[in-house]
Amino acid sequence: MTIGEAVAQITDGMTVGIGGWGSRRKPMALVRAIARSDLRELTVVSYGGPDVGLLVAAGKVKRVVCGFVTLDSIPLEPHFRRARRDGLIQLTELDEGMFRAGLSAAAQRLPFLPIRAGLASDVMRVNPELRCVTSPYDDAEELVAMPALTLDVALVHLNRADRGGNAQYLGPDPYFDDLFCLAATRRLVSCERIVPTAELVAGGPLQSLLLNRAMVDGVVETPRGAHFTSCVPDYGRDEEFQRRYAKSAATDESWAEFRRRFLSGDEAEYLAQVDALAGAEQ
Amino acid sequence: MNAATRAEICVAACADAWAGDGEILASPTGLMPTLGARLARLTTAPDLLLTDGEAYLLADAAAATDAAAIEGWLPFGRVFDMLARGPRHVMMGASQIDAFGNQNISCIGDWSRPRSQLLGVRGAPGNTVNHATSYWVREHSPRVFVPEVDMVCGVGQDRAASGPASARRYHDLRLVITNLAVLDFGAADGSMRLSSVHPGVTVGDVIARTGFTLAVPDRVPPTRVPGEQELRLIREVLDPGRRRDAEVSSHE
Repeated sequence: MTIGEAVAQITDGMTVGIGGWGSRRKPMALVRAIARSDLRELTVVSYGGPDVGLLVAAGKVKRVVCGFVTLDSIPLEPHFRRARRDGLIQLTELDEGMFRAGLSAAAQRLPFLPIRAGLASDVMRVNPELRCVTSPYDDAEELVAMPALTLDVALVHLNRADRGGNAQYLGPDPYFDDLFCLAATRRLVSCERIVPTAELVAGGPLQSLLLNRAMVDGVVETPRGAHFTSCVPDYGRDEEFQRRYAKSAATDESWAEFRRRFLSGDEAEYLAQVDALAGAEQ
Repeated sequence: MNAATRAEICVAACADAWAGDGEILASPTGLMPTLGARLARLTTAPDLLLTDGEAYLLADAAAATDAAAIEGWLPFGRVFDMLARGPRHVMMGASQIDAFGNQNISCIGDWSRPRSQLLGVRGAPGNTVNHATSYWVREHSPRVFVPEVDMVCGVGQDRAASGPASARRYHDLRLVITNLAVLDFGAADGSMRLSSVHPGVTVGDVIARTGFTLAVPDRVPPTRVPGEQELRLIREVLDPGRRRDAEVSSHE
């Protein structure tokens, strides 16, 4: 599958879950393709990083569902901050654990899962649709009934995959990429390299095979497809480029310039521009 | 050995938050809490579990970045499991905190269209109703210590008390440590009380820098000064590059 074929499966108004965490192993090649597309009014569900910031800045997002948006080494995501200040997006703000409970509920086809997180906090105030549930057992505990975060599409980026959709992470943390896929109707995986199944299995411990092919509908090979977020051990975060991305939020003009330079061509053109920039800086 | 600096006193005060905590996960946010947690592991809380901030548990508190010194694996999913189970003591930051320890790291201003969007609630709601929580505030000021926070992320004493019993069951606010003082929640109504002032700081300084009425006991002792062994650990092992001095100046 190509990047274009993957993104063509997304339509206006869909709820799109994006894997990774903060500025780590984000499916940025797919995110960039969405930013370049005509898509609009998306609901983005994410442990948010530059995926959220980029899509918000590109005007693709109606609502963000998250517990945070951060660039890790730059704690606050400037594009997201700007959009919030200017009232350009709606927000469903959840505790990180509630977020996982919502994905788990969707993955198990349950309407909700109970969780203690959220009780007595303002998460309940800013999400007035949230309800509590009382345990039917002797403890009678009152807990938050975290509703399922059911996704139309999940986008995740793994280190390796085979053509069938078995996929492997080689870094230290799977994040919640498996849960995003289980919670979604359509599951699209980008990866650094597509390899034969035998090579995939030989490439790491069995536990690194995070996704099996029944959890995946399409695989796209996108070398450096997580750039500028980290995708260890293949590469770390491109901090210099991330700073450039963050600075582009300063004004309408600086964002237009970033968009013109890095998001007006296809993924190959993006990587060529990134390399040209790195070459010029050395 | 030179006398302890303010920053070193703060590191030791952070470490004291975990003293005697046993075999639980210490989750510090930021430099001073991280130095404190590692100092605690090397002194008063040898069984603490420490992470590298990513997915590894550190076998050696003194060699934070050495990949060879790993004793376990703790990806985010396992952190969520552990925090719900309870054996964890987090020390978070606070952009705002009120007298009852309600903490805000989400945004400043009206939530629906904030003047300044910050991190988001992150794990603060879940942390505070599940296990021990302390806070580190780098700059004790009325901008942080406010009468009312704009968004309750970490649940405070009054919120927990008036919420459902399940919000109180494991709620356990411990300490607030700042560049000026150590505070606890020992006032009669469960609100914040001045526990100690760092050497060189007066009770009046703390009151002037706090935007709500603080419970102040008749006698407020000075914060403990770290001993020679602790100072050696801080200076030679944990922070030889003196990053702590950029966090807390000795001249305030």
